[in-house]
Amino acid sequence: MAEVSTQSHPANVTAKKNVKFIITRQDKPDSPSYTEEFELPYRPGMNVISALMEIQRNPVDNTGKATAPVCWESNCLEEVCGACSMVINGKPRQACSALVDKLEQPVHIAPMKTFPVVRDLVIDRSRMFGALKKVKAWIPIDGTYDLGAGPRMPEKKRQWAYELSKCMTCGVCLEACPNVNDRTDFIGPAALSQVRLFNAHPTGEMNKEDRLDALMEPGGIEGCGNSQNCVRSCPKGIPLTTSIAEMNKDTSKHMFKRWLGV
Amino acid sequence: MKGFYARRLHSLLGVIPLGAFFIEHMITNFSAYEGGKESFDKSVAFLNNLPLVLVLESLFIFLPLIYHGVYGLYIAYQAKPNNANYGYERNWRYTLQRITGVITFVYIVWHVFETRFQVALGNVTHEQLGGVMYNIVTNPVTFVLYTIGVLAASFHFANGLWSFLVSWGITVGPRAQRVSSYVCMTLFVIVSIMFILSLVAFRNMEFEDPTVALQTIRHFVA
Repeated sequence: MAEVSTQSHPANVTAKKNVKFIITRQDKPDSPSYTEEFELPYRPGMNVISALMEIQRNPVDNTGKATAPVCWESNCLEEVCGACSMVINGKPRQACSALVDKLEQPVHIAPMKTFPVVRDLVIDRSRMFGALKKVKAWIPIDGTYDLGAGPRMPEKKRQWAYELSKCMTCGVCLEACPNVNDRTDFIGPAALSQVRLFNAHPTGEMNKEDRLDALMEPGGIEGCGNSQNCVRSCPKGIPLTTSIAEMNKDTSKHMFKRWLGV
Repeated sequence: MKGFYARRLHSLLGVIPLGAFFIEHMITNFSAYEGGKESFDKSVAFLNNLPLVLVLESLFIFLPLIYHGVYGLYIAYQAKPNNANYGYERNWRYTLQRITGVITFVYIVWHVFETRFQVALGNVTHEQLGGVMYNIVTNPVTFVLYTIGVLAASFHFANGLWSFLVSWGITVGPRAQRVSSYVCMTLFVIVSIMFILSLVAFRNMEFEDPTVALQTIRHFVA
């Protein structure tokens, strides 16, 4: 017991401390946004999700006025699902891994407005899944009979391909990209990197031309402007700009092949 | 034309022929610094004695320039710079590439109007171009504007070369892109210095040509 009390001593000192959150809210998809401020008692180890849960339990702003609880999305709480992406202190990231101890006060929280806002911090990332469909980010293996085992994947290739497979469609790279906006139809860095992943797979490679064709459609790889914010922002550390340059190379080759080969 | 090919053509034309011509132009101008008026006049005469010079100019300068410039304005329009939140060096170069592109576009239209266009109209001859430049760079306002113009063009060229290498899939990995950054930014410094030295060289009295009408320049300053 003595051990516990000595350990909890510093926590007791900080327990009186409050943390402040300034949250950009929006009631409906087409209604204007506004900010609300909340002050919560500090707890050691708290993250942005636990702070939002605290607000949900007691939806009162810092003036003591009762308000509607803030809406957000989250699932895994361990930075692998991509659902809780939001703009925290100006940078898009996952709320679950945003530790309040490491954030500057007051903490500004806003939805990733590159996507349609559903309500408060909830956004609609459908366009990303649409982009994955567009570039055929899957491996067709269905046949009318058992096709048997596919070719083996070299271990070295598997290692870097595994890094690309960590993409959780969280949308952070699209939010950070200056070329993903309402003036372009650029599908964003995530889907470009997925083409590299599926084209690297020995079975997926059999359909690589289809995916390259998709990248050469309007809104495809031409939309990249080399700002390279994506690679700096990706929470999974995916080498997005290497993927994009690699796909630039493959589409270049594909283009000349199509011109000279027929 | 579909987006992919339009964008690739834009990228290619920026280097070949426009980048190549830009370097050629730099060397021609630099002859004014290196050898003075006589050397510069010789360089201009050499260029104008090239066979089919009008065809060369149209095919390798004017048409690519118009395409690259107009499509480039569209690319600049599509960008939504976010440097306040993402102050990374590459992101700054992304934004600067678009800003310098627009500046270069305006500058080239003005510069071509003052030089090549006046030659086409018959207001000045090729031999008088040194005198035209003398009038431009001895005026402090146009000298500053020209300096901004050549700096913008040099950056746009050098950084454009960097992104050309990425966009065609030549520099793929982070190390290659870092090394090419150093090379291209060094190129920016060298090209800028050479162009500015040329501008300074045109301030030399020997380029003064009283037969050159000042009208066009006065028109812009007024």
